[in-house]
Amino acid sequence: MEISIKAGKRYGDCAMEFDFAVSGERVGIFGESGSGKSTLVGILAGLIQPDRGEISLDGECIFSSTKRINIPPERRRITVVFQQPTLFPHLSVKSNLLYGFRRSLPEQRTIDFAKLVEVLNLDALLERGVNNLSGGEKQRVSLGRAVLANPRLLLMDEPMSALDDTLKFQIIPYMKSVSEQFGIPYLFISHSLVEMRLMAEQVIVVSGGRNAGLTTADQLARDRMGNSPVGYINLLKVKAPRRTDGLFAYSWGNQELFISAGNEQEEALFELSSKDIILCKRHPEAISARNLIACTVANTFVSGNRIGVELACGDKLMVAEIVESAAEELGIRAGSELFAVIKAVAFRRLG
Amino acid sequence: MLTFTPADYEAIGLSVKVAITATLLSLPLGFLLSYILTYGAFRGKLLLEVLINLPLTLPPVVIGYILLLLLGRHGWLGGMLEAAGIRIIFTWKAAVIASAVVGFPLLVRSIRIGMETIDRQLIHASRTLGAHWYDTLITIILPLSTRSIIAGSFLMFARSLGEFGATIIVAGNIPGVTQTIPLAIYEYAASPGSEAMALSLCLVSVLLSLVVLVLHEVIGRKLVRS
Repeated sequence: MEISIKAGKRYGDCAMEFDFAVSGERVGIFGESGSGKSTLVGILAGLIQPDRGEISLDGECIFSSTKRINIPPERRRITVVFQQPTLFPHLSVKSNLLYGFRRSLPEQRTIDFAKLVEVLNLDALLERGVNNLSGGEKQRVSLGRAVLANPRLLLMDEPMSALDDTLKFQIIPYMKSVSEQFGIPYLFISHSLVEMRLMAEQVIVVSGGRNAGLTTADQLARDRMGNSPVGYINLLKVKAPRRTDGLFAYSWGNQELFISAGNEQEEALFELSSKDIILCKRHPEAISARNLIACTVANTFVSGNRIGVELACGDKLMVAEIVESAAEELGIRAGSELFAVIKAVAFRRLG
Repeated sequence: MLTFTPADYEAIGLSVKVAITATLLSLPLGFLLSYILTYGAFRGKLLLEVLINLPLTLPPVVIGYILLLLLGRHGWLGGMLEAAGIRIIFTWKAAVIASAVVGFPLLVRSIRIGMETIDRQLIHASRTLGAHWYDTLITIILPLSTRSIIAGSFLMFARSLGEFGATIIVAGNIPGVTQTIPLAIYEYAASPGSEAMALSLCLVSVLLSLVVLVLHEVIGRKLVRS
Protein backbone atom coordinates (compact mmCIF):
# COMPACT_ATOMS: atom_id res chain seq x y z
CA MET A 1 0.00 0.00 0.00
CA GLU A 2 1.25 3.44 -0.90
CA ILE A 3 -0.49 6.57 0.26
CA SER A 4 0.53 10.06 -0.59
CA ILE A 5 -1.46 12.94 0.77
CA LYS A 6 -1.04 16.67 0.66
CA ALA A 7 -4.33 18.18 1.69
CA GLY A 8 -5.75 21.05 3.70
CA LYS A 9 -9.07 21.45 5.43
CA ARG A 10 -10.29 24.40 7.46
CA TYR A 11 -13.02 24.33 10.12
CA GLY A 12 -13.60 27.89 11.25
CA ASP A 13 -10.37 28.96 12.97
CA CYS A 14 -8.93 25.46 12.95
CA ALA A 15 -6.77 24.71 9.92
CA MET A 16 -5.62 21.17 9.24
CA GLU A 17 -2.77 20.36 6.94
CA PHE A 18 -1.68 16.82 6.14
CA ASP A 19 1.41 16.17 4.10
CA PHE A 20 3.03 12.74 4.02
CA ALA A 21 3.77 9.75 1.86
CA VAL A 22 4.01 6.29 3.30
CA SER A 23 4.20 2.75 2.04
CA GLY A 24 3.78 -0.39 4.08
CA GLU A 25 1.19 -2.90 5.18
CA ARG A 26 0.65 -1.82 8.79
CA VAL A 27 0.87 1.91 9.28
CA GLY A 28 -0.19 3.74 12.41
CA ILE A 29 -1.56 7.25 12.84
CA PHE A 30 -0.89 8.34 16.39
CA GLY A 31 -2.28 11.42 18.10
CA GLU A 32 -4.20 12.74 21.08
CA SER A 33 -7.97 13.32 20.93
CA GLY A 34 -8.79 16.35 18.85
CA SER A 35 -5.48 16.21 16.98
CA GLY A 36 -7.20 15.73 13.63
CA LYS A 37 -6.88 11.95 13.25
CA SER A 38 -10.56 11.41 12.52
CA THR A 39 -10.57 14.24 9.98
CA LEU A 40 -7.69 12.48 8.26
CA VAL A 41 -9.71 9.24 8.22
CA GLY A 42 -12.71 11.09 6.78
CA ILE A 43 -10.57 12.71 4.10
CA LEU A 44 -8.99 9.40 3.07
CA ALA A 45 -12.32 7.54 3.02
CA GLY A 46 -13.97 10.29 0.96
CA LEU A 47 -16.41 11.27 3.71
CA ILE A 48 -14.85 14.70 4.18
CA GLN A 49 -13.82 16.75 1.21
CA PRO A 50 -10.55 18.67 1.68
CA ASP A 51 -10.51 22.32 0.65
CA ARG A 52 -7.50 21.70 -1.53
CA GLY A 53 -4.75 19.22 -2.22
CA GLU A 54 -4.04 15.85 -3.74
CA ILE A 55 -4.41 12.32 -2.43
CA SER A 56 -3.31 9.16 -4.15
CA LEU A 57 -3.55 5.53 -3.18
CA ASP A 58 -1.34 2.92 -4.87
CA GLY A 59 -0.56 5.40 -7.63
CA GLU A 60 -4.20 6.21 -8.37
CA CYS A 61 -5.34 9.77 -7.73
CA ILE A 62 -8.44 9.66 -5.53
CA PHE A 63 -8.65 13.38 -4.88
CA SER A 64 -7.19 16.37 -6.62
CA SER A 65 -8.50 19.90 -6.29
CA THR A 66 -6.53 21.07 -9.32
CA LYS A 67 -7.60 18.21 -11.58
CA ARG A 68 -11.11 18.30 -10.10
CA ILE A 69 -11.00 14.64 -9.11
CA ASN A 70 -12.96 13.44 -6.09
CA ILE A 71 -13.72 9.75 -6.19
CA PRO A 72 -16.82 9.14 -4.03
CA PRO A 73 -16.46 6.88 -0.97
CA GLU A 74 -18.32 3.98 -2.56
CA ARG A 75 -15.74 3.77 -5.35
CA ARG A 76 -12.56 4.24 -3.31
CA ARG A 77 -12.45 0.72 -1.91
CA ILE A 78 -11.29 2.09 1.42
CA THR A 79 -13.39 0.69 4.25
CA VAL A 80 -13.49 1.91 7.81
CA VAL A 81 -13.76 0.17 11.17
CA PHE A 82 -15.14 2.97 13.32
CA GLN A 83 -14.71 3.61 17.02
CA GLN A 84 -18.28 2.45 17.58
CA PRO A 85 -19.18 -0.76 15.74
CA THR A 86 -21.84 1.05 13.59
CA LEU A 87 -23.62 -2.16 12.67
CA PHE A 88 -26.88 -1.74 10.78
CA PRO A 89 -29.46 -2.39 13.52
CA HIS A 90 -32.17 -3.64 11.19
CA LEU A 91 -30.00 -6.35 9.64
CA SER A 92 -28.77 -9.69 10.98
CA VAL A 93 -25.08 -10.36 11.60
CA LYS A 94 -24.87 -12.22 8.29
CA SER A 95 -26.54 -9.43 6.32
CA ASN A 96 -24.26 -6.89 7.98
CA LEU A 97 -21.22 -8.95 7.03
CA LEU A 98 -22.38 -9.28 3.43
CA TYR A 99 -23.42 -5.63 2.98
CA GLY A 100 -20.15 -4.55 1.41
CA PHE A 101 -19.42 -7.92 -0.18
CA ARG A 102 -22.63 -7.75 -2.23
CA ARG A 103 -21.67 -4.31 -3.45
CA SER A 104 -18.13 -5.21 -4.46
CA LEU A 105 -17.31 -6.09 -8.05
CA PRO A 106 -17.23 -9.88 -8.58
CA GLU A 107 -13.77 -9.71 -10.16
CA GLN A 108 -12.42 -7.95 -7.06
CA ARG A 109 -13.76 -10.49 -4.59
CA THR A 110 -10.84 -12.30 -3.04
CA ILE A 111 -12.15 -12.82 0.47
CA ASP A 112 -13.88 -16.10 1.17
CA PHE A 113 -16.90 -15.64 3.43
CA ALA A 114 -16.59 -19.01 5.17
CA LYS A 115 -12.89 -18.49 5.85
CA LEU A 116 -13.44 -15.01 7.26
CA VAL A 117 -16.22 -16.27 9.52
CA GLU A 118 -13.81 -18.93 10.77
CA VAL A 119 -10.90 -16.50 11.33
CA LEU A 120 -13.10 -14.07 13.25
CA ASN A 121 -14.93 -16.86 15.08
CA LEU A 122 -18.35 -15.57 14.04
CA ASP A 123 -20.01 -18.86 13.12
CA ALA A 124 -22.37 -19.00 16.09
CA LEU A 125 -23.49 -15.40 15.62
CA LEU A 126 -24.48 -15.37 11.94
CA GLU A 127 -28.25 -15.58 12.28
CA ARG A 128 -28.49 -13.33 15.33
CA GLY A 129 -29.63 -9.72 15.41
CA VAL A 130 -26.83 -7.25 16.08
CA ASN A 131 -28.45 -5.69 19.14
CA ASN A 132 -27.84 -8.76 21.28
CA LEU A 133 -24.09 -8.96 20.74
CA SER A 134 -21.41 -8.01 23.26
CA GLY A 135 -19.09 -5.08 22.53
CA GLY A 136 -16.26 -7.35 21.38
CA GLU A 137 -18.54 -9.42 19.16
CA LYS A 138 -19.96 -6.28 17.57
CA GLN A 139 -16.50 -4.98 16.77
CA ARG A 140 -15.51 -8.34 15.26
CA VAL A 141 -18.59 -8.21 13.00
CA SER A 142 -17.73 -4.65 12.07
CA LEU A 143 -14.19 -5.70 11.20
CA GLY A 144 -15.46 -8.66 9.19
CA ARG A 145 -17.90 -6.46 7.31
CA ALA A 146 -15.15 -4.01 6.38
CA VAL A 147 -12.84 -6.81 5.21
CA LEU A 148 -15.53 -8.63 3.21
CA ALA A 149 -16.08 -5.51 1.11
CA ASN A 150 -12.73 -6.45 -0.48
CA PRO A 151 -11.03 -3.12 0.18
CA ARG A 152 -7.56 -2.20 -0.97
CA LEU A 153 -7.07 -0.33 2.31
CA LEU A 154 -8.66 -0.76 5.73
CA LEU A 155 -8.89 2.26 8.01
CA MET A 156 -9.19 1.36 11.68
CA ASP A 157 -10.29 4.50 13.46
CA GLU A 158 -9.70 3.87 17.18
CA PRO A 159 -11.49 0.54 16.84
CA MET A 160 -10.67 -0.53 20.38
CA SER A 161 -11.31 2.61 22.36
CA ALA A 162 -14.92 1.64 23.12
CA LEU A 163 -13.84 -1.76 24.45
CA ASP A 164 -12.64 -2.59 27.93
CA ASP A 165 -9.04 -3.69 28.43
CA THR A 166 -9.67 -7.43 28.38
CA LEU A 167 -11.69 -7.30 25.16
CA LYS A 168 -9.21 -4.92 23.61
CA PHE A 169 -6.37 -7.38 23.78
CA GLN A 170 -8.60 -10.24 22.72
CA ILE A 171 -9.49 -8.46 19.48
CA ILE A 172 -5.95 -7.40 18.51
CA PRO A 173 -4.97 -10.89 17.26
CA TYR A 174 -8.12 -10.94 15.14
CA MET A 175 -7.26 -7.61 13.56
CA LYS A 176 -3.73 -8.65 12.78
CA SER A 177 -4.60 -12.10 11.49
CA VAL A 178 -7.36 -10.79 9.23
CA SER A 179 -4.95 -8.35 7.64
CA GLU A 180 -2.21 -10.95 7.29
CA GLN A 181 -4.34 -13.84 6.07
CA PHE A 182 -6.30 -11.85 3.53
CA GLY A 183 -3.47 -9.53 2.54
CA ILE A 184 -5.27 -6.27 3.32
CA PRO A 185 -3.07 -3.36 4.37
CA TYR A 186 -4.35 -1.10 7.09
CA LEU A 187 -3.97 2.30 8.65
CA PHE A 188 -4.41 1.97 12.38
CA ILE A 189 -5.50 5.15 14.12
CA SER A 190 -5.17 5.42 17.89
CA HIS A 191 -4.20 7.61 20.82
CA SER A 192 -2.83 4.61 22.69
CA LEU A 193 0.88 4.01 22.36
CA VAL A 194 0.55 0.41 23.52
CA GLU A 195 -2.07 -0.35 20.84
CA MET A 196 0.12 1.41 18.31
CA ARG A 197 3.11 -0.78 19.17
CA LEU A 198 1.04 -3.93 18.89
CA MET A 199 -0.64 -2.98 15.61
CA ALA A 200 1.69 -0.78 13.54
CA GLU A 201 5.22 -0.92 12.21
CA GLN A 202 5.57 2.64 10.92
CA VAL A 203 3.84 5.51 12.64
CA ILE A 204 2.86 9.01 11.65
CA VAL A 205 2.28 11.35 14.57
CA VAL A 206 -0.55 13.85 14.18
CA SER A 207 -1.01 16.82 16.47
CA GLY A 208 -2.79 20.14 16.12
CA GLY A 209 -4.14 19.17 12.71
CA ARG A 210 -0.67 18.54 11.28
CA ASN A 211 1.53 15.52 10.88
CA ALA A 212 5.17 14.98 11.78
CA GLY A 213 7.52 12.69 9.89
CA LEU A 214 7.52 8.93 9.84
CA THR A 215 8.81 7.00 12.83
CA THR A 216 8.42 3.55 14.34
CA ALA A 217 6.09 2.77 17.21
CA ASP A 218 9.00 1.67 19.40
CA GLN A 219 11.02 4.81 18.67
CA LEU A 220 7.99 6.90 19.51
CA ALA A 221 7.62 5.12 22.85
CA ARG A 222 11.30 5.78 23.61
CA ASP A 223 11.03 9.44 22.66
CA ARG A 224 8.02 9.89 24.90
CA MET A 225 9.40 7.92 27.84
CA GLY A 226 10.97 10.96 29.51
CA ASN A 227 7.71 12.86 29.68
CA SER A 228 5.32 9.99 30.14
CA PRO A 229 3.78 9.34 33.57
CA VAL A 230 3.85 5.60 32.85
CA GLY A 231 7.36 5.45 31.42
CA TYR A 232 8.28 3.13 28.58
CA ILE A 233 5.95 0.15 28.49
CA ASN A 234 7.79 -3.10 27.82
CA LEU A 235 5.50 -5.51 25.99
CA LEU A 236 6.54 -9.01 26.87
CA LYS A 237 5.22 -11.91 24.82
CA VAL A 238 5.88 -15.08 26.76
CA LYS A 239 5.02 -18.75 26.43
CA ALA A 240 4.75 -22.02 28.31
CA PRO A 241 4.06 -21.07 31.92
CA ARG A 242 5.31 -23.24 34.78
CA ARG A 243 3.66 -23.00 38.18
CA THR A 244 5.96 -22.49 41.09
CA ASP A 245 5.34 -21.26 44.65
CA GLY A 246 2.03 -19.62 43.71
CA LEU A 247 3.65 -17.73 40.82
CA PHE A 248 3.96 -18.39 37.12
CA ALA A 249 7.41 -18.75 35.63
CA TYR A 250 7.91 -17.94 31.94
CA SER A 251 11.16 -18.34 30.10
CA TRP A 252 12.58 -15.03 28.91
CA GLY A 253 15.76 -15.11 26.85
CA ASN A 254 18.26 -17.04 28.91
CA GLN A 255 16.37 -16.33 32.18
CA GLU A 256 12.97 -16.91 33.74
CA LEU A 257 10.42 -14.27 34.73
CA PHE A 258 8.30 -14.86 37.82
CA ILE A 259 4.90 -13.24 37.42
CA SER A 260 1.99 -13.23 39.84
CA ALA A 261 -0.67 -12.28 37.25
CA GLY A 262 0.05 -15.28 35.03
CA ASN A 263 -2.40 -18.02 34.10
CA GLU A 264 -2.46 -21.43 32.51
CA GLN A 265 -2.81 -20.12 28.95
CA GLU A 266 -0.02 -21.23 26.66
CA GLU A 267 0.78 -17.73 25.40
CA ALA A 268 0.48 -14.46 27.25
CA LEU A 269 1.25 -10.79 26.83
CA PHE A 270 2.38 -8.70 29.78
CA GLU A 271 3.24 -5.06 30.15
CA LEU A 272 5.98 -3.85 32.41
CA SER A 273 6.80 -0.20 32.92
CA SER A 274 10.41 0.91 32.64
CA LYS A 275 9.81 2.60 36.01
CA ASP A 276 9.23 -0.74 37.72
CA ILE A 277 12.74 -2.01 37.05
CA ILE A 278 15.51 -1.30 39.58
CA LEU A 279 19.09 -1.73 38.41
CA CYS A 280 21.84 -3.02 40.72
CA LYS A 281 25.52 -3.19 40.05
CA ARG A 282 26.02 -6.19 42.35
CA HIS A 283 23.82 -9.09 43.38
CA PRO A 284 21.67 -7.97 46.33
CA GLU A 285 21.78 -10.62 49.05
CA ALA A 286 18.20 -10.66 50.23
CA ILE A 287 15.35 -8.91 48.48
CA SER A 288 11.58 -9.27 48.39
CA ALA A 289 11.33 -8.86 44.61
CA ARG A 290 11.04 -12.26 42.93
CA ASN A 291 12.89 -11.38 39.76
CA LEU A 292 16.62 -10.83 39.91
CA ILE A 293 17.81 -10.99 36.36
CA ALA A 294 21.42 -10.90 35.28
CA CYS A 295 21.62 -8.93 32.06
CA THR A 296 23.89 -6.91 29.84
CA VAL A 297 23.34 -3.30 28.81
CA ALA A 298 22.83 -3.41 25.04
CA ASN A 299 22.45 0.33 24.64
CA THR A 300 21.40 3.51 26.38
CA PHE A 301 19.37 6.48 25.12
CA VAL A 302 18.33 9.84 26.45
CA SER A 303 14.66 10.78 26.75
CA GLY A 304 13.80 14.01 28.54
CA ASN A 305 15.84 14.04 31.75
CA ARG A 306 15.95 10.24 31.96
CA ILE A 307 18.26 7.62 30.61
CA GLY A 308 16.69 4.60 28.97
CA VAL A 309 18.72 1.44 29.50
CA GLU A 310 18.24 -1.42 27.04
CA LEU A 311 18.78 -4.65 28.91
CA ALA A 312 19.63 -7.81 27.00
CA CYS A 313 18.92 -11.25 28.42
CA GLY A 314 20.00 -13.68 25.74
CA ASP A 315 17.99 -12.69 22.65
CA LYS A 316 15.40 -10.66 24.53
CA LEU A 317 15.40 -6.95 25.33
CA MET A 318 13.64 -4.79 27.88
CA VAL A 319 13.98 -1.11 28.67
CA ALA A 320 14.53 0.32 32.15
CA GLU A 321 14.73 4.01 32.97
CA ILE A 322 16.92 5.77 35.47
CA VAL A 323 17.88 9.36 36.12
CA GLU A 324 21.15 10.72 34.83
CA SER A 325 22.92 10.81 38.20
CA ALA A 326 22.12 7.12 38.78
CA ALA A 327 23.53 6.25 35.39
CA GLU A 328 26.76 8.09 36.22
CA GLU A 329 27.06 6.58 39.68
CA LEU A 330 26.60 3.04 38.43
CA GLY A 331 28.75 3.74 35.38
CA ILE A 332 26.11 2.34 33.07
CA ARG A 333 27.11 2.11 29.43
CA ALA A 334 26.76 -0.39 26.62
CA GLY A 335 28.30 -3.67 27.73
CA SER A 336 27.83 -3.14 31.49
CA GLU A 337 26.77 -6.20 33.45
CA LEU A 338 23.80 -5.49 35.75
CA PHE A 339 21.10 -7.09 37.82
CA ALA A 340 17.53 -6.00 37.08
CA VAL A 341 15.22 -6.25 40.05
CA ILE A 342 11.49 -6.59 39.24
CA LYS A 343 8.63 -7.43 41.57
CA ALA A 344 6.43 -10.33 40.50
CA VAL A 345 3.39 -8.06 40.88
CA ALA A 346 4.77 -5.37 38.56
CA PHE A 347 3.70 -7.25 35.42
CA ARG A 348 0.23 -6.51 34.12
CA ARG A 349 -1.43 -9.07 31.91
CA LEU A 350 -2.83 -7.68 28.65
CA GLY A 351 -4.05 -10.75 26.90
CA MET B 1 -79.11 6.93 19.85
CA LEU B 2 -76.97 7.81 16.87
CA THR B 3 -78.79 8.11 13.58
CA PHE B 4 -77.17 8.45 10.19
CA THR B 5 -78.61 9.20 6.77
CA PRO B 6 -77.13 7.56 3.65
CA ALA B 7 -75.45 10.92 2.93
CA ASP B 8 -73.78 10.75 6.36
CA TYR B 9 -72.37 7.31 5.59
CA GLU B 10 -71.10 8.66 2.31
CA ALA B 11 -69.49 11.60 4.11
CA ILE B 12 -67.74 9.25 6.57
CA GLY B 13 -66.58 6.99 3.74
CA LEU B 14 -65.40 9.94 1.68
CA SER B 15 -63.53 11.47 4.60
CA VAL B 16 -61.59 8.26 5.15
CA LYS B 17 -60.99 7.80 1.42
CA VAL B 18 -59.74 11.38 0.98
CA ALA B 19 -57.50 11.19 4.04
CA ILE B 20 -55.97 7.84 3.04
CA THR B 21 -55.40 8.94 -0.57
CA ALA B 22 -53.88 12.28 0.46
CA THR B 23 -51.54 10.54 2.92
CA LEU B 24 -50.44 7.79 0.52
CA LEU B 25 -49.87 10.25 -2.31
CA SER B 26 -47.80 12.53 -0.05
CA LEU B 27 -45.57 9.77 1.33
CA PRO B 28 -42.97 9.43 -1.47
CA LEU B 29 -42.48 13.17 -1.83
CA GLY B 30 -42.57 13.68 1.93
CA PHE B 31 -39.87 11.05 2.42
CA LEU B 32 -37.69 12.51 -0.32
CA LEU B 33 -38.02 16.08 0.94
CA SER B 34 -37.32 14.94 4.51
CA TYR B 35 -34.14 13.29 3.23
CA ILE B 36 -33.09 16.42 1.36
CA LEU B 37 -33.77 18.67 4.35
CA THR B 38 -32.04 16.34 6.81
CA TYR B 39 -28.93 15.47 4.85
CA GLY B 40 -28.66 18.06 2.13
CA ALA B 41 -26.57 21.20 2.28
CA PHE B 42 -27.53 23.56 -0.51
CA ARG B 43 -28.53 27.11 -1.23
CA GLY B 44 -32.20 27.77 -0.76
CA LYS B 45 -32.61 25.11 1.91
CA LEU B 46 -34.15 27.64 4.28
CA LEU B 47 -36.57 28.80 1.58
CA LEU B 48 -37.61 25.20 0.88
CA GLU B 49 -38.14 24.62 4.59
CA VAL B 50 -40.29 27.73 4.90
CA LEU B 51 -42.34 26.78 1.84
CA ILE B 52 -43.01 23.28 3.16
CA ASN B 53 -44.03 24.61 6.57
CA LEU B 54 -46.08 27.51 5.24
CA PRO B 55 -49.42 25.61 5.27
CA LEU B 56 -48.95 25.13 9.04
CA THR B 57 -49.37 28.85 9.64
CA LEU B 58 -51.47 30.00 6.67
CA PRO B 59 -55.25 30.01 7.18
CA PRO B 60 -56.57 26.94 5.29
CA VAL B 61 -58.99 29.24 3.45
CA VAL B 62 -56.01 31.04 1.94
CA ILE B 63 -54.52 27.75 0.83
CA GLY B 64 -57.88 26.80 -0.69
CA TYR B 65 -58.06 30.07 -2.53
CA ILE B 66 -54.52 29.73 -3.91
CA LEU B 67 -55.34 26.19 -5.04
CA LEU B 68 -58.51 27.46 -6.68
CA LEU B 69 -56.52 30.05 -8.59
CA LEU B 70 -54.03 27.40 -9.60
CA LEU B 71 -56.39 24.56 -10.45
CA GLY B 72 -59.43 26.50 -11.65
CA ARG B 73 -60.45 26.46 -15.30
CA HIS B 74 -58.52 29.64 -15.94
CA GLY B 75 -55.70 28.74 -13.61
CA TRP B 76 -52.18 27.97 -14.76
CA LEU B 77 -52.36 24.26 -13.94
CA GLY B 78 -56.13 23.91 -14.29
CA GLY B 79 -56.02 25.11 -17.90
CA MET B 80 -53.45 22.48 -18.84
CA LEU B 81 -55.40 19.74 -17.06
CA GLU B 82 -58.62 20.88 -18.71
CA ALA B 83 -56.93 20.59 -22.10
CA ALA B 84 -55.96 17.02 -21.18
CA GLY B 85 -59.58 16.34 -20.22
CA ILE B 86 -58.94 16.21 -16.46
CA ARG B 87 -61.13 18.17 -14.11
CA ILE B 88 -60.04 18.63 -10.52
CA ILE B 89 -62.06 21.47 -9.04
CA PHE B 90 -65.27 20.42 -7.25
CA THR B 91 -64.39 16.72 -7.38
CA TRP B 92 -63.11 14.52 -4.55
CA LYS B 93 -59.63 14.84 -6.11
CA ALA B 94 -59.64 18.51 -5.15
CA ALA B 95 -60.42 17.50 -1.57
CA VAL B 96 -57.41 15.14 -1.71
CA ILE B 97 -55.14 17.92 -2.95
CA ALA B 98 -56.39 20.34 -0.28
CA SER B 99 -55.82 17.75 2.46
CA ALA B 100 -52.42 16.84 1.06
CA VAL B 101 -51.18 20.42 1.07
CA VAL B 102 -52.47 21.17 4.57
CA GLY B 103 -51.20 17.92 6.14
CA PHE B 104 -47.86 17.74 4.31
CA PRO B 105 -45.78 19.76 6.82
CA LEU B 106 -46.84 17.42 9.62
CA LEU B 107 -45.71 14.41 7.62
CA VAL B 108 -42.34 15.94 6.75
CA ARG B 109 -41.74 17.06 10.35
CA SER B 110 -42.36 13.58 11.72
CA ILE B 111 -40.15 11.86 9.18
CA ARG B 112 -37.37 14.40 9.73
CA ILE B 113 -37.39 13.89 13.47
CA GLY B 114 -36.93 10.17 12.86
CA MET B 115 -34.21 10.67 10.26
CA GLU B 116 -32.26 13.00 12.49
CA THR B 117 -31.95 10.26 15.10
CA ILE B 118 -30.20 7.95 12.64
CA ASP B 119 -26.51 7.73 13.52
CA ARG B 120 -24.56 9.45 10.72
CA GLN B 121 -21.80 6.89 11.10
CA LEU B 122 -24.21 4.23 9.81
CA ILE B 123 -24.61 6.24 6.66
CA HIS B 124 -20.86 6.77 6.42
CA ALA B 125 -20.29 3.04 6.96
CA SER B 126 -22.77 2.19 4.24
CA ARG B 127 -21.10 4.58 1.76
CA THR B 128 -17.58 3.29 2.43
CA LEU B 129 -18.90 -0.26 2.00
CA GLY B 130 -19.75 0.56 -1.59
CA ALA B 131 -23.31 1.88 -1.46
CA HIS B 132 -24.26 4.85 -3.65
CA TRP B 133 -26.31 7.58 -1.97
CA TYR B 134 -29.58 6.21 -3.34
CA ASP B 135 -28.60 2.68 -2.24
CA THR B 136 -27.96 4.01 1.29
CA LEU B 137 -31.29 5.84 1.14
CA ILE B 138 -33.19 2.67 0.31
CA THR B 139 -31.28 0.08 2.34
CA ILE B 140 -30.38 2.08 5.48
CA ILE B 141 -32.33 5.32 5.84
CA LEU B 142 -35.72 4.02 4.69
CA PRO B 143 -35.83 0.96 6.98
CA LEU B 144 -34.57 2.99 9.94
CA SER B 145 -37.22 5.67 9.28
CA THR B 146 -40.14 3.22 9.10
CA ARG B 147 -41.55 4.11 12.48
CA SER B 148 -41.36 7.84 11.93
CA ILE B 149 -42.95 7.41 8.51
CA ILE B 150 -45.83 5.51 10.11
CA ALA B 151 -46.17 8.08 12.89
CA GLY B 152 -46.11 10.96 10.38
CA SER B 153 -48.70 9.21 8.24
CA PHE B 154 -51.08 8.89 11.19
CA LEU B 155 -50.65 12.54 12.01
CA MET B 156 -51.27 13.59 8.45
CA PHE B 157 -54.25 11.24 8.18
CA ALA B 158 -55.76 12.79 11.32
CA ARG B 159 -55.18 16.31 10.00
CA SER B 160 -56.79 15.37 6.68
CA LEU B 161 -59.89 14.04 8.45
CA GLY B 162 -60.43 17.47 9.94
CA GLU B 163 -59.68 19.50 6.81
CA PHE B 164 -62.39 22.09 6.15
CA GLY B 165 -61.30 25.55 5.05
CA ALA B 166 -59.27 24.65 1.97
CA THR B 167 -61.59 21.81 0.99
CA ILE B 168 -64.80 23.86 0.94
CA ILE B 169 -63.23 26.40 -1.38
CA VAL B 170 -61.56 24.08 -3.81
CA ALA B 171 -63.93 21.07 -3.70
CA GLY B 172 -67.20 22.66 -2.62
CA ASN B 173 -69.75 20.92 -0.42
CA ILE B 174 -71.54 18.50 -2.71
CA PRO B 175 -73.21 15.61 -0.82
CA GLY B 176 -71.97 12.24 -2.03
CA VAL B 177 -69.24 13.86 -4.15
CA THR B 178 -67.09 16.15 -2.04
CA GLN B 179 -68.91 16.36 1.27
CA THR B 180 -66.63 15.06 4.01
CA ILE B 181 -67.54 14.86 7.74
CA PRO B 182 -66.57 18.47 8.63
CA LEU B 183 -68.49 19.82 5.64
CA ALA B 184 -71.56 17.75 6.51
CA ILE B 185 -71.44 19.00 10.11
CA TYR B 186 -71.18 22.56 8.79
CA GLU B 187 -74.27 22.03 6.69
CA TYR B 188 -76.25 20.48 9.56
CA ALA B 189 -75.19 23.30 11.86
CA ALA B 190 -76.47 25.82 9.36
CA SER B 191 -79.90 24.19 8.99
CA PRO B 192 -82.35 24.40 11.94
CA GLY B 193 -83.50 21.16 13.61
CA SER B 194 -80.42 19.11 12.60
CA GLU B 195 -78.57 19.32 15.90
CA ALA B 196 -78.84 15.55 16.58
CA MET B 197 -77.44 14.73 13.14
CA ALA B 198 -74.60 17.21 13.59
CA LEU B 199 -73.83 15.76 17.01
CA SER B 200 -73.77 12.18 15.65
CA LEU B 201 -71.20 13.14 13.04
CA CYS B 202 -69.24 15.08 15.65
CA LEU B 203 -69.05 11.89 17.72
CA VAL B 204 -67.83 9.89 14.72
CA SER B 205 -65.23 12.57 14.11
CA VAL B 206 -64.06 12.49 17.72
CA LEU B 207 -63.89 8.69 17.70
CA LEU B 208 -61.87 8.56 14.47
CA SER B 209 -59.46 11.20 15.71
CA LEU B 210 -59.04 9.42 19.05
CA VAL B 211 -58.22 6.10 17.39
CA VAL B 212 -55.71 7.72 15.08
CA LEU B 213 -54.03 9.77 17.79
CA VAL B 214 -53.79 6.82 20.18
CA LEU B 215 -52.13 4.76 17.43
CA HIS B 216 -49.81 7.69 16.71
CA GLU B 217 -48.82 7.94 20.39
CA VAL B 218 -48.21 4.20 20.72
CA ILE B 219 -45.96 4.15 17.68
CA GLY B 220 -44.26 7.36 18.78
CA ARG B 221 -43.37 5.79 22.14
CA LYS B 222 -41.99 2.71 20.46
CA LEU B 223 -39.87 5.04 18.35
CA VAL B 224 -38.43 6.72 21.42
CA ARG B 225 -37.68 3.37 23.07
CA SER B 226 -35.89 2.03 20.04
